[in-house]
Amino acid sequence: MIGVGKMKQYSNVLDKPLSKGKQEVSLTAFAFLFSELVQYNQTQVDNIAELERRLEDAGYAVGARVLELLCNREKGNRRETRLLGILSFVHSTVWKVLFGKVADSLEKGTEHEDEYMISEKELLVNRFISIPKDMGTFNCGAFVAGIVKGVLDNAGFPAVVTAHFVPIEGQQRPRTTILIKFADEVLKREARLSQ
Amino acid sequence: MDTNDSLRVASLWHSMHAISQQLSPVNGCSGIELLEADTFDLHCFQSLPGTKFFVVCEPGTPHMESLLRYIYELYTDYVLKNPFYEIEMPIRCELFDINLTQAVQSDR
Repeated sequence: MIGVGKMKQYSNVLDKPLSKGKQEVSLTAFAFLFSELVQYNQTQVDNIAELERRLEDAGYAVGARVLELLCNREKGNRRETRLLGILSFVHSTVWKVLFGKVADSLEKGTEHEDEYMISEKELLVNRFISIPKDMGTFNCGAFVAGIVKGVLDNAGFPAVVTAHFVPIEGQQRPRTTILIKFADEVLKREARLSQ
Repeated sequence: MDTNDSLRVASLWHSMHAISQQLSPVNGCSGIELLEADTFDLHCFQSLPGTKFFVVCEPGTPHMESLLRYIYELYTDYVLKNPFYEIEMPIRCELFDINLTQAVQSDR
């Protein structure tokens, strides 16, 4: 057999090292797949809130798996226990792996203690999507909000995550902000750990 | 030009294009590519699935072919990848319109 001497043969498939995976995927392929995901969910629901929830649920599943994968690949199986740690993990590592670049900015909310915002000039999933006027404030970024929620929930930081359009002066297209609102227990734990 | 007028022009052009394909003395003709009149030029680009893009411009405007090709790229990007666009419906995609006006403006 050709090539059989070149690769080390593992007797047990469990001994084989985990692959690094393909680093790049076609953007067009993803755009079509995502478009189909949105269209499919549109046929199943009656209103926009339901559609957003479904996209979020789809993203949640992705987030849970991405957390496990990245903890293994990037961080050597170390677990984040502090709030800022997990937020910067989402903002840099998760964004870099999923979208090829770190998120544009991470801010703390000024009005409430438990709110944080990750902003992006234009989410990759929204690149080719134009929302029709009659859909109001619907944002396909709900999928990305779901991913963030999946990562945070499974890391032990339960939160409510939503995606919003924020109009910016002087720019035609609004910016997208992922708003993260942590549960009370997270803040209490963080306060305890800070002492 | 409102929507009804555009639809009328488009259907007129579609029929003319189809008839010209049949009438052509050359074998393997794929339809009208350029129509030259006194006051305007009409360039037409046909994609592989048969969608036709045509642009009406002043006589002698250069680079219309590449503009049409670029518009076809914009179409595949901002219209076909938009989950809220139904095939064969009039195009009401914001991103497509923005990029289209940009492309036409930069060409002047």
